Amino acid sequence: MAALDDVQVKEGVDQETVEAVQSVGGKYKYGFETDIEIEYAPKGLNEDIVRLISEKNNEPEWMLEWRLSAYRRWLQMEEPDWAMVDYPEIDFQDQYYYARPKSMAEKPKSLDEVDPKLLETYAKLGIPLKEQALLAGVEAPEGDRRVAVDAVFDSVSVGTTFKDELAKAGVIFCSISEAIQDHPELVKKYLGSVVPQSDNYYATLNSAVFSDGSFVYIPEGTKCPMELSTYFRINAENTGQFERTLIIADKGAYVSYLEGCTAPQRDIAQLHAAVVELVLLEDAEIKYSTVQNWFPGDEEGKGGIYNFVTKRADCRGDRSKVMWTQVETGSAVTWKYPSCILRGDDSQGEFYSIAIANNMQQADTGTKMIHLGKNTKSRIVSKGISAGKAQNTYRGLVSMHPKAQNGRNYTQCDSLLIGDKCGAHTVPYIEVKNNSARVEHEATTSKVDDEQLFYCRQRGMDEEEAVALVVNGFCKDVLQALPMEFAMEAQALVAISLEGSVG
Amino acid sequence: MSAKLKNKGVVPSITVPDGGKWATTARNAAAELLTETGLPHRRDEYWKYTDPTTLTAPEATPAAIFKSDDPLPFSGVDAVKIVFVDGIYDPSQSDALELAGVEIETLADAAQKDIHWAGSVFGVLEGRGQSPVSRPLASYNTAMAEQGFVIRATGKAAKPVSFIYLHESETSDAVIHHTIKLDEGADLTVLENGPAAARINAVMEVEVADNAAFHHVRAQGRDHERRTATHIFARLGAESSFKSFTLTVNGVLTRNDAIIEFTGDNAHATVAGACAGDGAFHHDDTVFITHDAVNCESRQVFKKVLRNGAVGVFQGKILVQPDAQKTDGYQISQGLMLDENSTFQAKPELEIYADDVACSHGSTVGAIDETALFYLTSRGIPHKEAQDMLTLAFLGEAIDEVEDDALADDLRSLLQGWMARRHG
Repeated sequence: MAALDDVQVKEGVDQETVEAVQSVGGKYKYGFETDIEIEYAPKGLNEDIVRLISEKNNEPEWMLEWRLSAYRRWLQMEEPDWAMVDYPEIDFQDQYYYARPKSMAEKPKSLDEVDPKLLETYAKLGIPLKEQALLAGVEAPEGDRRVAVDAVFDSVSVGTTFKDELAKAGVIFCSISEAIQDHPELVKKYLGSVVPQSDNYYATLNSAVFSDGSFVYIPEGTKCPMELSTYFRINAENTGQFERTLIIADKGAYVSYLEGCTAPQRDIAQLHAAVVELVLLEDAEIKYSTVQNWFPGDEEGKGGIYNFVTKRADCRGDRSKVMWTQVETGSAVTWKYPSCILRGDDSQGEFYSIAIANNMQQADTGTKMIHLGKNTKSRIVSKGISAGKAQNTYRGLVSMHPKAQNGRNYTQCDSLLIGDKCGAHTVPYIEVKNNSARVEHEATTSKVDDEQLFYCRQRGMDEEEAVALVVNGFCKDVLQALPMEFAMEAQALVAISLEGSVG
Repeated sequence: MSAKLKNKGVVPSITVPDGGKWATTARNAAAELLTETGLPHRRDEYWKYTDPTTLTAPEATPAAIFKSDDPLPFSGVDAVKIVFVDGIYDPSQSDALELAGVEIETLADAAQKDIHWAGSVFGVLEGRGQSPVSRPLASYNTAMAEQGFVIRATGKAAKPVSFIYLHESETSDAVIHHTIKLDEGADLTVLENGPAAARINAVMEVEVADNAAFHHVRAQGRDHERRTATHIFARLGAESSFKSFTLTVNGVLTRNDAIIEFTGDNAHATVAGACAGDGAFHHDDTVFITHDAVNCESRQVFKKVLRNGAVGVFQGKILVQPDAQKTDGYQISQGLMLDENSTFQAKPELEIYADDVACSHGSTVGAIDETALFYLTSRGIPHKEAQDMLTLAFLGEAIDEVEDDALADDLRSLLQGWMARRHG
């Protein structure tokens, strides 16, 4: 990362911070390519391609109709241009919308049948797909946590681990293509119910051409016995990845879900437009964590992933709770706002984000908290770090509807600039239509929970230390929960101090 | 394709007034820009929270005249008084345009000349303020305005210039444009008060040269049905100072834009406002501050008290350009909602391209602090009175931004009047 080496670091930004950012923004470790025979759908996008994707997944007629109606809708829509990102116009006809390793033509019945080259790829990425070894406890070091993985390679799900054990608990964890066939009633009921087909340009495109993704159903009163995760890998060239994730937590259910993403290093930018829908019924809780490390492009901004993602949680039931945690270090362009619709009374939404943009990266990310129910609470903690020539924008909405009696929101967003060629921007929208609601948006570091600060200060910490402890204490819990190798890198970020923050 | 073109608004028919070369050039440029952008509409990002329809309609919506025996704000201040009636300058009610250290001339007179110093300010600062956000109502004003003053302060003004805008016709539609220039080291205070008309579109351009100081205090008239759109465009030189404060009570629609640009180092700007709205009241403060110089300080302090369905909007932006190091930008917007029917909407934005800066913003909305209320009532203060005390204290923090104590007191008593009438 030459850009950072030349930078005159300002007084007040400590060396540890700079090093932590360097280690994350350094050479992209996941830029290798798996040499594997790929079967593509013809280039471009039209109704036939939509039909072909549906056919490849053996989908029932209703699913095809759903896709086609989304496609027709998409043709009428215009690409949004309000985000503070700048990229060359995307030629949607110059992309492959479906790419599948040839060995996956016949869906493997178990992981043993999966092409070893694919398994190798995941092993190289640090994702264990060998559950047997872990189950037997042979290779697993003591205390190693078990995580069920759904691995998505280009357009298809390669395999899902721990399926049987999860099934015993009543948990359904499979690829969405399998779910469409095996659990059509659940998919029909919930697909598109949180992010409607016509929600936005990229979500509509996704609705038409999504090829695979993960499906999770946690039955009533069940705490998912292990963490679930999906690992997305783009390998094929000129291929867009459009995955769709649907998670349903029934009454009183709990699940922690992790998501990781990487892609090879290429000169040409690639498109990734995902949709994630979370449904929470009464007393349900979902923790959704993302480590997004798509290839960010090189130092001159060549290549990289355009990451246009729609993620939304619908807290339908009373007392339900959702927590989004994201560590965004990759992608050339990020356009992503994981949101919470707090419909149920006493429901809660939380959003914790660390977004790091380096070199020529552009990130426009944040959240929306829509308070509809009584006593709903939300909390937003966002830390944006810009280095090199990157632009990092926090964009958020906090909306208190007239019926959101006693709604509460606390928002804190801090930005840190390293070097004088980058930018950090904050665009919060605050809409309050209820006087019993209380909304606070703070961008000054001194306004972290005063009581906690006071507690720390009393014990001899200086203000800077106390603030770092309070804010990072939040992130740390979640970061430590990430099983993937690069969670280590994410953790390194915790060392970043808030010095030099600009709000 | 830019958002601007995609969402282009209606283009009004414009006939630029006759005038000399400098004025015609500026008016034509503004008219041309307006032809490109069209008038604002609800789908414009910067009109998201305020519906501009009644501000852009060909005819002003009639507005009842508000009658009050209360003295006008600032009436006790010794100033050069300039009176407008329904947006037209009325010399018979005004003082002579004479003030040591200050040249005062009507826009109409100045515009007849071919060469005038105002050519370097009129439409120029407004034009600079059209990017990156277009401000079509200001373009309209520059192209069309025949009323207004050009004022040049060459030294320290002996007393303030006070504009009084009277409203006498229920259908009046005013367009006023003031052009103000402060030479190096000059010092000038401009006061404004009154509703002006059923509808007013007002623009003030202020060039503040090095070491000069400009003060602006404004009380927007109490007519319930008036509709107001104002723009202030200011450009600040090195070591200069700019302070503007606006108090608004009543008015069915008010949109105040302030566009401030720092071009010289070590300058200071404050834009502050307090408003109290009851019932049919929509108040929008939109501020855009550009730091393009080193070591400048900007403050935005906005407080809104709302009840009975009143709507308060704040859109504030601090833009720090790449070399504007040591910038200190501060922005606070707060809404106090006295009942369940009101709305507060805020968009406090930061856009920062320099690393050695301290910018912060805060925005809070909520009801009156129950703990504070309990504290006061437990000490024997009646509930209503306690509520008033807390409301006044809340708005007082914005009024504290007014440097001149006498003016600040005037503003406080206006607010107290509002409180008293509320209970009446």
